Formats: sequence, C-alpha cells, structure tokens
Amino acid sequence: MTDFLTFLRAALLGVLVLMAAQMAAAQDPAAPGTPAPTAQPAPETAPEPPGTTAEMAPLAALIAENARQIAKPSRKTIGPVIDAIAAAPGPQTQAFLEAWADKRLGRRKADGALFVLEKAGPDWRLIDPATGATAGTAPKDDIAQLRPNSGVRGLIASALVRFQLSDPDPARRGAALDALARTASAENLGPLRASLPGETDPELAARKARLERMLTLRFDPDPAARVAAIESFSGDLGLDVRAALNPLVATTRIAATAPPAGANIAAELVPGRDIDKAAAYALLVEAGLAPPRLSAADRRAALEAHVENGAVGGVPLADLDDEDARERAYAGLVSAGLARPAATAAEVDARLAAYRFFDIHAEADPAVTDAARATLDHIEMKVGAMQGLDLGLDALSLASIYFLAAIGLAITFGVMGVINMAHGEFIMMGAYTGYVVQQFVTDYTLSILIALPLAFGVTFAAGVAMERLVIRHLYNRPLETLLATFGISIALQQVAKNVFGTQARPLTAPGWLDGAWVMNDVVSISYIRIAIFVLALIFLGFFLWLMKRTRLGLEVRAVTQNPAMAASMGIKPDRINMLTFGLGSGIAGIAGVAIGLFAKVTSELGQDYIVQSFMTVVVGGVGNIWGTLAGAAMIGGLQKGIEWFNPSNTLAAQTYMIVFIIIFIQFRPRGIIALRGRAAGD
Amino acid sequence: MNLFRKHPSLPVFLGLLAAFVLAVTLMSEAAGAGLVSTSFVKTLGKTLCLCLIALAMDLVWGYTGILSLGHFAFFGLGGYMIGMWLMYARTETIVEASLASGALPPTPQEVQDAIATQIFGVVGASDLPAIWSLAGSLPAQLALVVLVPAALAAVFGWLAFRARVTGVYLSILTQAMTLALALWLFQNDSGLRGNNGLSGLQNIPGLEQHGQDLVSLWFFWASALALGLGYLGAQWLVSGKFGSVIRAIRDDEARVRFLGYPVEGFKLFVFVLTAVVAGLAGALYYPQAGIVNPAELAPIASIYLAVWVAIGGRGRLYGAVIGAAFVSLVSTWFTGGNAPDIPLGGYTLHWVDWWQVLLGLSFVAVTLYAPRGIGGLFDLLAGLRAPNRRGAPLGPDQGALQEKEADA
Amino acid sequence: MSTLLEVSGVSVTFDGFRAINNLSFSIAEGELRAVIGPNGAGKTTFMDIVTGKTRPDSGRVLFGEKSVDLLRLSEARIARAGVGRKFQRPTVFEDQTVAENLMLALRAHRAPWRVLFWRPKPADHARIAELAAEVGLSDQLPRKAGELSHGQKQWLEIGMLLAQEPRLLLVDEPAAGMTGPEREHTTDLLVSLARSRAVVVVEHDMEFVRRLACKVTVLHEGSVLAEGSLDHVTANPAVIDVYLGRG
Repeated sequence: MTDFLTFLRAALLGVLVLMAAQMAAAQDPAAPGTPAPTAQPAPETAPEPPGTTAEMAPLAALIAENARQIAKPSRKTIGPVIDAIAAAPGPQTQAFLEAWADKRLGRRKADGALFVLEKAGPDWRLIDPATGATAGTAPKDDIAQLRPNSGVRGLIASALVRFQLSDPDPARRGAALDALARTASAENLGPLRASLPGETDPELAARKARLERMLTLRFDPDPAARVAAIESFSGDLGLDVRAALNPLVATTRIAATAPPAGANIAAELVPGRDIDKAAAYALLVEAGLAPPRLSAADRRAALEAHVENGAVGGVPLADLDDEDARERAYAGLVSAGLARPAATAAEVDARLAAYRFFDIHAEADPAVTDAARATLDHIEMKVGAMQGLDLGLDALSLASIYFLAAIGLAITFGVMGVINMAHGEFIMMGAYTGYVVQQFVTDYTLSILIALPLAFGVTFAAGVAMERLVIRHLYNRPLETLLATFGISIALQQVAKNVFGTQARPLTAPGWLDGAWVMNDVVSISYIRIAIFVLALIFLGFFLWLMKRTRLGLEVRAVTQNPAMAASMGIKPDRINMLTFGLGSGIAGIAGVAIGLFAKVTSELGQDYIVQSFMTVVVGGVGNIWGTLAGAAMIGGLQKGIEWFNPSNTLAAQTYMIVFIIIFIQFRPRGIIALRGRAAGD
Repeated sequence: MNLFRKHPSLPVFLGLLAAFVLAVTLMSEAAGAGLVSTSFVKTLGKTLCLCLIALAMDLVWGYTGILSLGHFAFFGLGGYMIGMWLMYARTETIVEASLASGALPPTPQEVQDAIATQIFGVVGASDLPAIWSLAGSLPAQLALVVLVPAALAAVFGWLAFRARVTGVYLSILTQAMTLALALWLFQNDSGLRGNNGLSGLQNIPGLEQHGQDLVSLWFFWASALALGLGYLGAQWLVSGKFGSVIRAIRDDEARVRFLGYPVEGFKLFVFVLTAVVAGLAGALYYPQAGIVNPAELAPIASIYLAVWVAIGGRGRLYGAVIGAAFVSLVSTWFTGGNAPDIPLGGYTLHWVDWWQVLLGLSFVAVTLYAPRGIGGLFDLLAGLRAPNRRGAPLGPDQGALQEKEADA
Repeated sequence: MSTLLEVSGVSVTFDGFRAINNLSFSIAEGELRAVIGPNGAGKTTFMDIVTGKTRPDSGRVLFGEKSVDLLRLSEARIARAGVGRKFQRPTVFEDQTVAENLMLALRAHRAPWRVLFWRPKPADHARIAELAAEVGLSDQLPRKAGELSHGQKQWLEIGMLLAQEPRLLLVDEPAAGMTGPEREHTTDLLVSLARSRAVVVVEHDMEFVRRLACKVTVLHEGSVLAEGSLDHVTANPAVIDVYLGRG
C-alpha cells in the first residue's frame, strides 16, 4: 500500500511545488524602497549604433573622479559608482566594465591613472579606457593590476546586463534576459525598454516585452503605467507573474492607536474576530507596547527559584499541585518584590481595547495594490480551474489504472460469478514477467513490447491451470471459491518472495516514456500515464470487439445469461469458462506490466491494487464492461477528489473513499450498472 | 443439564480445556516446574484468544452464512481499547514518579501534559486526543472494549444488511471496512499513534510486583475461562430455536423471511454479538502480545480467520476452535524455524520460506476435498454420514452448507 | 363474507415488460380460490407482490379488516400479518429435522431477542406432533428434512404453513411433479385448509382445479380475463381463445 501512496504523493507534488513557490513569493520582501533617481529611464543615446563618434567626456570624467574607489572597491559603496559609469554613454563603457570585471584593469602607480591592460611581451600595453586608444606600454612593476572581489564583480556583471541586451549574439541576449529576470531591479527597466525596438528575434522580443511589463509593474514611477502592466497579466498562469505580484499585495501587521497616516491599509483587524486575541497581544508585546504574559513554565521556574522553608510566597509547597495555589504563591512573590508582575487577563483585554490592529500594504499606492489584488484573484481563479483540469487528468489516469487492474476481475466475476482473490497475484506475475524479460533484453522499448504478450501468455496459462484444477470444482460456491483462490494467492505471493526476494525489482520504462506533457505551469501529465490511459482505451476497444463481434464473445454472453440453455445449444460452458478465466487472468498480466512501469515490483504489488479492483467491480456492477469503466472512473475520481480536499493525508482520503463506497452500496446494491443474469443473484 | 446431554461434545470440550489449563499451569515456570517457558505460556494464551475469535467467526459464517472478512477489525479495536488504558495508566505511574522529584508537586494538568508528551512524542504530538479522555479509567475502557466494536458492527451491519447486500458482495464490503479502519489508524493524527500502535502492553499497571511468569499465567487462565464461557454461550445460542433460525438464514434466507422472521435483525444481532466476542478476545490477546498496531487489522488477518474456521470445519463449534489452534500453532512451529529443512539436491527447502506456500495449497486442498475440515474426522470416527442429496447444497444461498459439509 | 385481501389497480413493469397490468380482484375470508392462466400471465408475479418480494409501480394491496396496506410492509411483516406462501419447489430447511422445521414455523414471537430466550413448552411439542400427524409425517419427526422424499417435503411445507396459522395462504402449483395418490392427498389437504382460512391456489392443471371445486380467476397478460366457476370460465370465448390460441 505504501508504494502506491508514494506514487499518489508524487502525483500531488506538482500542486505542492506551486503552492510552496507562491508562499515563498509572498514572503519575499518588497523592494519599493529603492530611491527614485536610478529608476529614471536611461538616456536615449544608450544603444548608439557602432561607428558613430561618441562623447568621451562623461566616461573619462567619471573614471577620473572615482579612480580611488574603482581601484579599491568595496562591495557596500561601489554600487552607485558602477551605476553611474554604466549610465555613461559611449561604446567604451561596456569595454571598460568588462575589463574591470575580467581583472584586466590596472592602476599606474606613478599617477594613479587607470588603464585597460593588454599583454605585450613582458610588459603591459596600456589602453585609455575612455577612448580605447593605446597609451603606450609599461613594465609590470609600474602597474598595479586591479582584482575586484567576487561581490564587486557580481555588481559589475549585473550592470553589464543592459549592454548585453543589445548584443548581436541572440544567445547572449537570451542569457542577459535570464539574468535580468533573476535579479529584477529598477535600474534595468530603462535599458530593457531601450533595447525593445531593436530586437529582431521574435521570441526574444516577446520575452523582452513580457519582462518589461514585469519590471514596469514593480518599478515604474508612474502608478498608471504600473496598473496597466499589472492588468496586462490578468489570467497569465506563469509562476513568475505570481512571484512578481505577490509582494505587491504583501502586508505587515501592526498595532497602533489610530490608522497610520498615509499608509495603504489593507484591512483593520478586530481582536477575537479577525485575529486571535493571544496573537494580537503578542503583537503588542513584540512592539514593546505591553508587558508579556506569564507562561506556565515561567511561573513554575519563578516558584521553583524561591522555595524557602518548604513554602513559596507564603503557600506551603505541598499545596502547589493546584493552579489556584500557584497563582496565589506567585502573587505572594510579586508582592514581596521577588518576581515581576505579569499581565492579568483584565489587563490584557484593556490593552487590546486601547489599540487597533491593521494590515498595512508595503506598497504605498492603493491603486496598484487593488489592481494587483484583482489580477491575482483572476489568476488564482484560472489557476484553480487549471488545477481542476490537472486533477481531472490525475483522476483519469488513476481510473485507467483501476480499470486495467479490475477489468480481468470483472470478466471472471461477471461471466462466472467467481471472485478471484489471486487476481492481484496475476498482476504481480505480469510485472515480474516484465522484469525477467528486461534481464535478457536490454533494449527497454523492445523488452516492453516482448513483455506485454509474454505476460499475457504466462498469466493466461496460470489462469487456465487454476480454473481447471480448482475453480471448476467449486462452481456455484462463490464463497468457497473466494477462500480457495485466497489460498492460491498467499501461496503465489510467498513463491514470488522466495524466488525474487523481498527487495523491489525495477521495471524500467523506455526513454520515450520519460518526462511529462506540460501544458502550462499548472497542468502536466507524465507520458507513462498517458500510455496507460491509451492501453486502457485499447483494452476497452478490444473487449467490446471480442464480446460483440466474435463467436467467442457471443458464446460467452450466452453462457453468462443462461448456462443451461447455452449448453443445450451446443456451447460447451466448460470451455467458455476456461477461456474466460484465462482471458481475465491474461489481462491482469498486461495490467501488471503497465503498473510495474511506475510502481515498484514486489511480491505485494498485487495486494496494493486488489481491494481497489474489487471495489471498482462492486461499485460498477458486474458483468458489464461499461459498469467497470464507470466504477473505475468513480473510484479514481473520488479518490483524487477527496485528496484535493485533504492533500496532506492520502491515508485518510482512502478511508473516506471506502466509507463513501459502503454508503453508496446502500443506494445501488448491485452497482452503477446492474445486470440481470447468472451473477446478479436474482 | 439439558445442554450437556444434548451435546456430548460440550462436556468433552470443557473437560479437555480444563485438563489442558491444569497441565500447562503445573508445567509452567510460575509453578516452578519450568517445562513450559513463560513465552510459550503467552503463545498458548494468545492461541486461546484466537480460538475464541474463531468461535465468533464460526457463528457468523458457519452458522449464519455471512462470510465476514472483517472480524479482525473488531479484535484489533478490542486490543486498542484495553491498550489505551494499559498505556495511559503505566505512563501515568512513570510520569508521576519522575515529576515527584521536581521542586514543586505537579498539577493534574502537568501530569496529563507529561503523559501526552510521553505517549505521543513518537508521532510528534503533545496533546492528548479527545478519544483518550476516558483512558485513565479501567472500567470505562473495559466498557469501550465491548461498546466500540459493537457500535462499529451495528452501524456497518445495519447499512449492509438493510441494503440486502449478501454473498461475495458482503464479503468484499467487510474487507473494505477493515481496510478503511486500518488505513485510518495508520495515520499519525488518528490519535492512536499511527503505525507505531500501542506498545508495552505486557506491563500491567498495578501488577508490577509480580513477575511476567505469573502475569502471563493469569492471562492464560483468563483466556481459557473466556474461551470456555464463550464456547458454552455459543453452544447455548446455536442449540435453541435461535440457532435453528440462523442456520435457516444461512441456507435459505428468503424462505425465513416468508416465515415472518426479520432476517436483517437476526443477522445484525449475530454480527454485533460476534463483534463483541471478537473485541473481548482482542482485549485478552494484546496484553499478552505486548503491542497492537494497525497492521493487525489488515484485511489478510481476517481472511486467515476464515481459513482457520474452514480448516477446522465450519458449522461446528469445536471445528473452529481446533482449526484456529491447529493452524496458528503449526504456523508458529514452522515460521519459528523449528521444522527441519529438507535438502532437495541443489536446493534446500527452508520451511520458514515455504510454509506459507504449504498453508495456501493445503487450504485449497481442504476446500476442494475435505469441506468438513478437521472436524470431519470426528464424524468419520463416529461413523456418521452426511445425508445423500446427490451433490446439491443444502440451500440456495451462497453461504449455505455444501452437501458434504453437513453433519449427519 | 367480508373481504380479506383486496388488490386494486396494481401494475408492475420489468425492463419495459408489463408483467401485471392494472390488476384488481379480491378474496373473501375463508375462501378457496384457484388462479389459472397461461405462462407469463403474471400468476407468480401476483404472489410476489402480495408477499412483498416484488414492489409494484402503482396500485394498492389491502389486507384484513383493518385494511393494512401490504405494500408498505417488509416480507417478514407481511408474513407476520398472516399471509403464508408455499413455493412451487418444496422449500424446507434441509439441514434441520422435521421437528425443527415445524418449530421454526410455529406461531410465536419472531424478534431475535424473544427467539433467543424461547424454549419449547410441552404444549408446543404437542402442537408439533399434532401437525406432523395432520400432514402424515408423524414417524419422520427426528429425521433431517433433506432425507425426505419430494412429496414428503411438500407436506412438510404445508405443515409448516399450518403451524404459521396464516389467514391467507398462497399456494404455487402444489401438484407439480406429484404422483397420483400424492395429488389426492394434497387436494384433500388444501380443501381442509380452506375450512379455516382463505387459500389461493395458482395452478396450471385444469384437472386438479376441477377437483378443488371452487371459484376460478383467469389471468391473462397481467389482468383478470374472467372469473366464476370453472364451468363458467371455460365456456367464456375469450378464455378459450387464450388457451387454444396459445396451443
């Protein structure tokens, strides 16, 4: 059972990862405190086409002005300098920053001038950083090579990103966009916008436009622009959008006597209604607005520290096995000045009444927060719908698994009225057949293609043998059959354990079944599940064809409905029963291979599915393939649905599902699709 | 007494049980003889409890025709209910002893918190769940040993029988019931320590001064007494008109309905009664086993119960007892590694590995060739023959006896 | 004579097939009535409805002077209200003795709790002996019912019905598979039964019905085709048509 649950949990992982990401985003501190000046759009001249002569003064002046800082940069203070240099126009700016980051910058010891260095034999060739002109050579001893530390290099690199946005190499532009998306900052908005019109690659253009809106909604000084950017994301399912929007609606909780002026108040909280009283008081204590309450452990420690002559605070030690007595003793200690006074319940209430509690948006503009809230709501609604779709796909794939596992059981139960408790072991035999085949055929695709018919053959033979040796003698004794097949089940299970050991054996899926079909950030389904769904469809089709279009199917239906009449028409019920049982078992073998692809192959594999298979048959109604399909759909859907309400607890989900089925049987004791016939009982 | 005269097997059974108890007592370590180890006394005591639940199974399946694959759920619940008291009371003594050494005398709240931390620390909780609120009281938990299985059986049985679920459908539903319960108990927040279950149950609070050799002997006696009383009660139940009605329900419940008997009521009565017996058997079993966990309630345990009854011979009380005792003791012998290995040329057959296979196959053989099970041997010895019905079963229902099963 | 059972406007459909179509007729207290009809006329379904085995789609079935609606009662309640049924195949409890079978049927409390503490009194043993004598099974009392012959099982079942003391007895093809002398014995039993209670006999065999010498109801396609003495209904052209038309 645990293996199966692990698998279910894996299916839920997608949803959980999403939720975790959302939560992390919500805790991300907002960054609106960044000073405004740097958020100004960059000068239009930044992406100067190559070849034109640029003004050199700003860069040269900046370098000269900050030479000392550049030579001995500190991670803490160099930021504005780098930003200023990066904002300087001209083609040399990028070269200078790159040289700095690459440790190719040197300081002439004689006058402190900075040069870009190039190797020239044993000497350095000096290049003027502002003009790019060679300024002669110098021996290495005259030059101090600048080695900025990694923190500073990181800052330089992020300043360089804006130049890379217009790099001729699309790969570098893409990398720059990645970097930009990671370290979203206000300074990058201008360069990003500037690089937009020149972008020729349509894919990159789309990414840039998206990133531009993403940065706009966070950093643009114009609230209207931000609101427009926010609204443009309405219904976008990207995780990055939610990560960008969540900080906008993030709130902090404060206690104050009056609403803080100018603050963007999300909500006022009334203690006891919107906020737990204890939590509200803790907020006051944290803000230093109230003395802490006395915990039982603190009181106990205080009492223990002041035991004198077998009494504490005037109360005998022996009496202190009682709350009231301890209260009195502590009061005694307080009045003796031995302990600090603690807030009483009345004081707590008074304090709470004196203050008001607010959730304050970190984002100051209510228009922005409202727009963000509305957009997030819309996105969440869409995410909910998508998660519903994802859940539906999950349920569908679970239903296909149950269908595959139960169809053989339904056939034998429907046609022969026989409950085969060893059905799970036939599933297990199929899975082990697949494992054994993979020991000899190493090509996974080929081995699966061999394993499927082979598993059918092995379990078909086992089923026929079991029918001939045991079940034939127990017709019309369903309860005895149940117990006899249970005997076979425990024997088979132990044989498998003895042969293959208790360790789980791998049954590896071919490479083309790895991975998942990802529709968007919310909806995805692994290829193995799709394959199992297709397999279930194939079996449904095969079964319908067999029953409706073949002589065998006709005879099987005849025997199901009236064995005596069928026998008198020359149909041999014995042969039909044997073939039916073989067929049901053979399908179990194929289901075993399919299940083995995603679950661990152990001797208990069948046990994990057998009860669900029984319930599929019972809920669906016997003797009708559509009933089995309906039963599988209902059990699979139900299980996923219940897990949806309680995702952390798949065990409880299974419990509720079984309870639901027991109640369901009240209303349809013969299953969803009831059949009149030999197995229907009346 | 009339009952003894009408059923000669009854005095024989009770006499043999008494003789067995006497012999084990005299040979036990507590009596100084030491011929039977304390752990084996426990094994025997547990076996007697299994015989008692097999008796319940025989009533519900062999006599009433309901193949319940969920009676171990009631057995396990009985164990859980008594286990709660055993664990709580024992932890209470330990906690009180450790808190007494503190500077202040503990308050009741502190004691309870400490107990909760002690018991639930293993599942990362420190609060006492509401279902433990009676755990401190032995009479209350003893009452729950009866009431909880009875309530579960009553609710489940009422739902199932009212909908006229019969035959294999009912069997599968009972199996689903025990699976649901086991899964629920497996989770940590069920309030019963998840898959750790309740442990240390062999230490009986208040009896610490007596050694395990003595305590296990007492439990052995109690189990024997319960089995004896259970057997007597079951015999009384089935030999009167009630027994006649339930056997009639087993063979042809529609006919019983047309006689005016509320069939559902009878089934429910038997189902609940046997659930209570199973709960009591569990309450005696788990203090001897020392631990009860959700795995005990797995569906397979209940199927084994049906296996015991079938091998012993269903529809006769001593058959159920013999089946349970025989299979569980032989099982212990084989899985305990006592059976000699059989060398087969290149492969040595270890019974520890192959016993299950033998059990499974012999079970098939019994179902096919000896429906009367071991109990049938007694008929053979007594020269009794089943009525000849030319291979037909004794009634139309799925639970009806086969021709070969019926006693003469 | 007051009415004991009144069936009015009962219809029942199985998967689109109308087994009973607006059936109405009544049985008087202490009456012996034969119900005849070709195969599929709804004779057995009619019995199923009265005994609660089948629930009709519409209609009412009133029973006794208090006019209890049988359709609201479970099979067991209907049986306790005083409707007994004898099946076509003898259904006795084969694994139990003749005495136990009769004891089961004996009029007494039926609730599990009462049954549990019920012990036979000398009067009960006497009643069982009397019943066994009445159906001719006196020396078979300790034998298992499974060992009886087919005819003996039929009589045991009639004995069980007598023990039940019903006010209305529904008998389904009692003469099927019986030898000549057994038939005669059965006819006598039924006629003597009808002295103290109402008996409805569903039968195929005209000869057997003639010997019962009672009022006859002919069913056809789920409703009453004709009613009256046997000579009267056999003269009815519609009845002749139905029987001859079906061969």
